[in-house]
Amino acid sequence: MTVRMKPVDVALVGGGLTAAILGKELAEAGQTVVALERGGMRQTVPDFQSPTMHDELKYDVRHAYAQDVSVQTITFRNFVGQQALPMRQLGSFLPGEGVGGGATHWNGQTWRFQPEWFVLKSWAEQRYGRGFLDDDVTIQDWGITYEELEPYYTFFEKVMGISGAPGNIKGQIQVGGNPFEGPRSEPYPNPPMKQSHSGFLFGQAAAQLGYRPFPVPSANVTRHYTNPFGAEIKPCMYCGFCDPFGCEHFAKASPQVCILPFALANKNFEMRTHSYVLRVEWDRQAKVASGVTYVDAQGREVFQPASMVVLCAFAHHNPILMLQSRIGQPYDPETRTGTVGRNYTYQTMTGAEVFYDGEKRINPFMAAGALGTAIDDFNNGSFDHSGLGFIGGGYIAAYQTTGRPIYHHPVPEGTPRWGLGWKQAVRQHYNSTVSLGFHGSSIPHPNNYLGVDPTYTDAFGQPLGMLTYDFPYNDRLMARYITEKMAGIAQAMGGKQMSVGWLDDHYSIVPYQTTHNTGGAIMGTDPKTSVVNRYLQSWDLHNLWVMGSSVFPQNAGYNPTDTVGALAYWAADAMIKQYLKNPGPLVQP
Amino acid sequence: MAVTVPDHAAAEEHPVQVAQVGRQNALSSPPPRADLPAERGMLFFFNDEEARFVDAAVERLIPSDSEWPGAAWAGVLNFIDRQLAAAYGAGARMYLKGPWVPDAPPQQGYQLRYTPAQLYRIGIAETRAHVTSNYSGREFWDLGAPVMDEVLSSLESGAIELPSLPAPVFFETLLANTIEGFFGDPVYGGNRDMVGWRMVGFPGAYAQFIDLVELYNLPYTRPPISIGDTGARQAYLDGHTHDAQRQ
Ligand SMILES: Cc1cc2nc3c(=O)[nH]c(=O)nc-3n(C[C@H](O)[C@H](O)[C@H](O)COP(=O)(O)OP(=O)(O)OC[C@H]3O[C@@H](n4cnc5c(N)ncnc54)[C@H](O)[C@@H]3O)c2cc1C
Ligand code: SF4
Repeated sequence: MTVRMKPVDVALVGGGLTAAILGKELAEAGQTVVALERGGMRQTVPDFQSPTMHDELKYDVRHAYAQDVSVQTITFRNFVGQQALPMRQLGSFLPGEGVGGGATHWNGQTWRFQPEWFVLKSWAEQRYGRGFLDDDVTIQDWGITYEELEPYYTFFEKVMGISGAPGNIKGQIQVGGNPFEGPRSEPYPNPPMKQSHSGFLFGQAAAQLGYRPFPVPSANVTRHYTNPFGAEIKPCMYCGFCDPFGCEHFAKASPQVCILPFALANKNFEMRTHSYVLRVEWDRQAKVASGVTYVDAQGREVFQPASMVVLCAFAHHNPILMLQSRIGQPYDPETRTGTVGRNYTYQTMTGAEVFYDGEKRINPFMAAGALGTAIDDFNNGSFDHSGLGFIGGGYIAAYQTTGRPIYHHPVPEGTPRWGLGWKQAVRQHYNSTVSLGFHGSSIPHPNNYLGVDPTYTDAFGQPLGMLTYDFPYNDRLMARYITEKMAGIAQAMGGKQMSVGWLDDHYSIVPYQTTHNTGGAIMGTDPKTSVVNRYLQSWDLHNLWVMGSSVFPQNAGYNPTDTVGALAYWAADAMIKQYLKNPGPLVQP
Repeated sequence: MAVTVPDHAAAEEHPVQVAQVGRQNALSSPPPRADLPAERGMLFFFNDEEARFVDAAVERLIPSDSEWPGAAWAGVLNFIDRQLAAAYGAGARMYLKGPWVPDAPPQQGYQLRYTPAQLYRIGIAETRAHVTSNYSGREFWDLGAPVMDEVLSSLESGAIELPSLPAPVFFETLLANTIEGFFGDPVYGGNRDMVGWRMVGFPGAYAQFIDLVELYNLPYTRPPISIGDTGARQAYLDGHTHDAQRQ
């Protein structure tokens, strides 16, 4: 029998970054809030402390802080018609589990999206004409503009103590920053990180070629800093154990360091751990969510009634929860109708390596999560796509994030995969190689979507979510074009050898690429093509809201979290200033 | 016999973290003494024959050379044995429900019903059976190095067909675990004397490079530190964290 809890004003599904943001804001607005987190509590002290935190095997290889797929996973296939099979081990992405979510063990590369990304469809049509893209490129406008979101970016960056060099303050291009970024109202709260040897070599070559290198904006905070709530963040020590580790130094901006203490101090807020949410309950007549059902630590099924439900369960988990709760119309790739699960996107990544064959010492272990030098000359709004046949773009960077040798031991192409030749190559190249990465956008395609699997179930007996994804033609063209530019920079870096990893295969669930899953419950202006409105409020149930990168109609050529955080503050504002006063749809369809 | 920690004279003369720039092109501290015998710890999972197979195979994957010992000396057998006896071997954090589609395309990843421990048990038995029937009744570990390499390459490519599992899955698991055992923290039973770390120049668990990161080309020669380093651990237990001052 289902246990029934005392009703609360707000139930948050998940206890990660967006849940921390909403939990604090809504509790302070007088709402009783409970965050239901499937994992346990963890804190800088005692959980993230040295030396035991610096364990590559436990955290990086065996994924101590990531989702336990023995309990719940997804199934995956490349194309409609193929049999989807369960992701039996983590690989391509590593969703977080435990208080703080992915934002506890992230790298902290904190990018704003260029203004064009928010109005991509109308921008592309206006600039390149209506016939420029074919019908399979289902890009959309977000229903919000960069200008509207800018104050929320600025606030989130203050909360997190982001450290960077501004490139555009109120339209004035700034020396040393990213000249291609949208105008910001204020500089970053903290100065940029130091420059690594990798970044120096990359930046020098890029500048010689006429590109404009700058330091990557970082949540590895660069000095003692107090955020607007009074949280004290300390300087990054460049420890080289950033993602997927907790930071022992209180230096990586995370929910635990920056936000949660203030939510937890409020008696209106409760973080209920070991609570696995199965579905959102809703009233078919009244068209409102009535609460959530979860399995508690004892294994009991529990109903938590709530006047408002907010999905904060990360990227693809949010739309999958909606599908499992039968909210909204599921997307059907055959008819191309329905919205929930539509426009799942990811990130298009390629890489290159420059080998100095012992002539330079890179010291790759002198590293930090967002320690990088980048160019943004090939992001979507920075260059002309005329005649190229694709839309999108991304940044190219030399990050020096890790020298941890189980995973980091670059060798040139043609090196044997094992044996003496491999061992000697590892020894020669470990400390003398620079890695470059292209961080590209991801454009939706009608066949890439999230659904519910017909065969496989989770530990609770529910059907698993099902992912259908392959890199669309648009993104392959885009990756080829920009990877060539990256290879040109690599060439100019003066190494003895180089290798380039082209995007020339199907998407695979096996190798780690990035935990930047996006889309599936997208925001927009039309309930026929979006799941939530511009305030992240469900078109179907006005008291249900969706946070996180789930709402991106397409993914930009940047990491998502600055935009995720800004949108959460934007939505919190709409809830508090508009919705709570008069609950109902904030946008009439 | 307990093996002593190798001689670090060069590094210990310079207790500072870093030697002078340009003094020496050494990327790392001196190699340990490979002439010392490999250590065999207590086995929790493998039987003696399985252990002989694994020890011989991992030594081909990461062989010793004139300067640096290989995987056998580094204790990779012990590392894998302990991993298989514990959560990893039991398939913790893996989704193992059926139905199973063992011939799925590689993009869909691991699709066998075996836990890693089962995969090893079956993979070793079937590889040994293949070897005895194709190499005049001999065991894998009695083959010469070039022939062992030939067998391993055929597992890798799938040229050898094992009755119960795709040979490349077994090979890739063995290779990944061997690299983990050679480069993972020595507390897990491999990377003896931090040989993998010394070989490449990785400093291990010690990690604060704020003052060094911009000194490009710096030769960094301080010996590595394990998370099991009792000094570092004790300092932590004594309250010497970054947040609290020692009383
Ligand atoms: C290894 C790694 C590195 C990253 N690096 C970067 C980076 O450098 N830059 C960047 O911009 N972004 C990065 N990210 C992404 C960043 O972590 C996310 O964008 C951010 O955490 C999203 O916030 P969220 O609240 O949507 O999800 P999360 O912070 O992940 O929180 C979701 C929470 O919901 C819980 N949950 C899920 N399902 C359920 C359920 N059914 N019931 C109860 N609880 C549930 C999870 O356990 C989790 O704690 C990285 C992510 C990872 C994993
Ligand atoms: S690199 Fe910096 S921010 Fe990241 S974990 Fe280490 S000290 Fe913390």
